[in-house]
Amino acid sequence: MADFDQELDASGLNCPLPILRAKKTLNGMESGKVLHIIATDPGSVKDFEAFAKQTGNELMESKEVGGKFEFLIKKG
Amino acid sequence: MSDMKKLAIIATKGSLDWAYPPFILASTASALGYDTEIFFTFYGLQLLKKNMDLQVTPLGNPGMPMPMGMDKWFPIMGLTLPGMQGMMTSMMKKKMASKGVASLPELRDLCQEAEVRFIACQMTVDLFEMNTAEFIDGVEYAGAAAFFEFAGESDICLYI
Repeated sequence: MADFDQELDASGLNCPLPILRAKKTLNGMESGKVLHIIATDPGSVKDFEAFAKQTGNELMESKEVGGKFEFLIKKG
Repeated sequence: MSDMKKLAIIATKGSLDWAYPPFILASTASALGYDTEIFFTFYGLQLLKKNMDLQVTPLGNPGMPMPMGMDKWFPIMGLTLPGMQGMMTSMMKKKMASKGVASLPELRDLCQEAEVRFIACQMTVDLFEMNTAEFIDGVEYAGAAAFFEFAGESDICLYI
């Protein structure tokens, strides 16, 4: 997985908390910085795609690693 | 600000399960950049109380999944037994916590942090003689016309 600037562990949290926590974390980051998110909610795969599309942040990577879902989002 | 999408929600129900959709959708919409307003009317006003003592009832709700095959042990008559509603509510809360579902006060706080506007229906407050001192801070009081001022320009309008 590529480099990232900040990490958010949303393991164990269910909809819509992973998205809300990610949004809050991104709010405190500068444009161009990358956030690494770990989640266990299977719904978060589609949700982070939709979140990125609607908020102008870039979903650089989305993958499943050992039953967890990991995302890299670059702040737009 | 004016090019933000807008979401208008009317929240009319005051049970534990039906309290979730307005707060989940409003908080998520805010995270997506929507300007969001919830108009609380009738039983939906229970969602504004500082002490949100909401219950869930299996009565009149054949779609509610019952834990441990309880629907077989307790057919409809059994669901009317005293204490049944409290027991179902407590089981539902435990289930939600174990699945990482946010509590209602948490979701409501997240909505307020994200500047979702809460409007209480003044008419219902008067009708049920509700004590507004029991409501959380940051609530505005208005009527149907005020709702339409916002909803008329909304991109999405939901009645829950």
